[in-house]
Amino acid sequence: MTQKSTVSQIADTATSSFSEHLSRIQPDLLPYGRALPAGNLPPVPHATTIVAMAFAGGVLMAGDRRATMGTMIASRHIEKVFPADAYSVLGIAGTAGIAIDITRLFQVELEHYEKIEGTLLSLDGKANRLGAMIRANLPLALQGMAVIPLFAGFDMPKAVGRLFSYDVTGGRYEELEHHSVGSGAVFARGALKKLWRPNMSEEETVRVAIESLYDAADDDSATGGPDAVRQLWPIVYTVTRGGARKVSERELAAVSESVLARRASLEREA
Amino acid sequence: MTQQFYVSPEQMMKDRADFARKGIARGRSVVVISCAEGIALVAENPSPSLHKIGEIYDKIAFAAVGKYNEFESLRQAGVRYADVRGYSYDREDVTARGLASVYAQSLGAVFTAEQKPFEVELAVAEVGRHPDEDHLYRLTFDGSIADVSGFVAMGGQAETVQEALARGWKAESGFAEAIRLAVRSLAADRQAEADPGPENLEVALLDRDSESSRGAIRAFRRLPKANVRDLLTAQEAG
Repeated sequence: MTQKSTVSQIADTATSSFSEHLSRIQPDLLPYGRALPAGNLPPVPHATTIVAMAFAGGVLMAGDRRATMGTMIASRHIEKVFPADAYSVLGIAGTAGIAIDITRLFQVELEHYEKIEGTLLSLDGKANRLGAMIRANLPLALQGMAVIPLFAGFDMPKAVGRLFSYDVTGGRYEELEHHSVGSGAVFARGALKKLWRPNMSEEETVRVAIESLYDAADDDSATGGPDAVRQLWPIVYTVTRGGARKVSERELAAVSESVLARRASLEREA
Repeated sequence: MTQQFYVSPEQMMKDRADFARKGIARGRSVVVISCAEGIALVAENPSPSLHKIGEIYDKIAFAAVGKYNEFESLRQAGVRYADVRGYSYDREDVTARGLASVYAQSLGAVFTAEQKPFEVELAVAEVGRHPDEDHLYRLTFDGSIADVSGFVAMGGQAETVQEALARGWKAESGFAEAIRLAVRSLAADRQAEADPGPENLEVALLDRDSESSRGAIRAFRRLPKANVRDLLTAQEAG
């Protein structure tokens, strides 16, 4: 009798999930799972547009640099695309404070699993864990603090880059070709539909990402365009068999400036 | 009802210590060695999946000898401690000193309070930016903690191995030289047998400049068996 309870006790504590462990020992550290009293939420920073697309040999994810607070610009420098681990990236849209904490939790979750188990979580496993975190945030989402991520990674056994989108209930959907989330997503999506082609090279997709974010910034006030005055460019990550890579400032400056120059030379009004 | 005999506390502690020492002495040794390029952890371990060496955090690694189930549970507890600390404060606030003192407390509590002490010996290593910022802690079954510099050997024949290390250790050597010295020292306690072959070795490294060389904040990496073989054959050729 006592022996059985010891065994089940050990089995219960043996978790490879960091968020599960944290919810047991220090639940107040989790970004979600808090019961909020009734009241009106004052304006808080919101993160906006993220685009992601497949290319030959991998996936790319890009995000603009703006966070808004109501009609104000809360930040021009915010980063919304992060490496989740060596072979996956995630981008976040929605309430910035919670989104950044969920990102941090997700990063530790993947690293923790890797260290405890001695092996990487499968790409589907990672996508499911992220879905569970977004679902856990549902009570806060109902009070206006939704977080919507976009997840992309390289699936080693299948040898392809894959994309996942989420809804506020944690629903997970695999996306083909390309996808976008955030306030400027509709405009970015329109651009992607015209510009994206199968089997593009990595350089071509960087350009397509900048073009689509430019279109989003053109029509959505909450999305920031490339800022040549402050030399601020979108954050772009690519994931291939070799792992996640942050596209360098220099590359992005060159592509962004050429996109701006080409658009200026067209002299279009709308 | 049987009558309990009186056992003096001294005798009880001695019995427990002897019991733990006997358990540890059965296993093969582990060497942790600091050098110019970082810290190398070398263990004699024929299993490719049941590790004696593990990653704890960005700059911190763990090595153990003794009973697998006991040091594995300590390793997992260490990873949990480090990840919670790094998540609630910041990544740079996780230190080997903090981890080693938590280990010392748990080992000490188990030694005095539990039915049987843990039959393990641990090393916690933290790589710094310079060799003199490296930290090496050795923890024994009773919760004693020692801050050692340069190198440490644990296990059944620790003293013989330690002496062999002391003869050959140089602070300015690279990984290749440090690993070769570790392997030679591990073989020092055998009379007839040769060095343990690469298939019986588990080797992991903490890179001193993983950020600049690999772009990774996590300094820990395991060395594949093929690389270990190359390193050891290079020695024979040279």
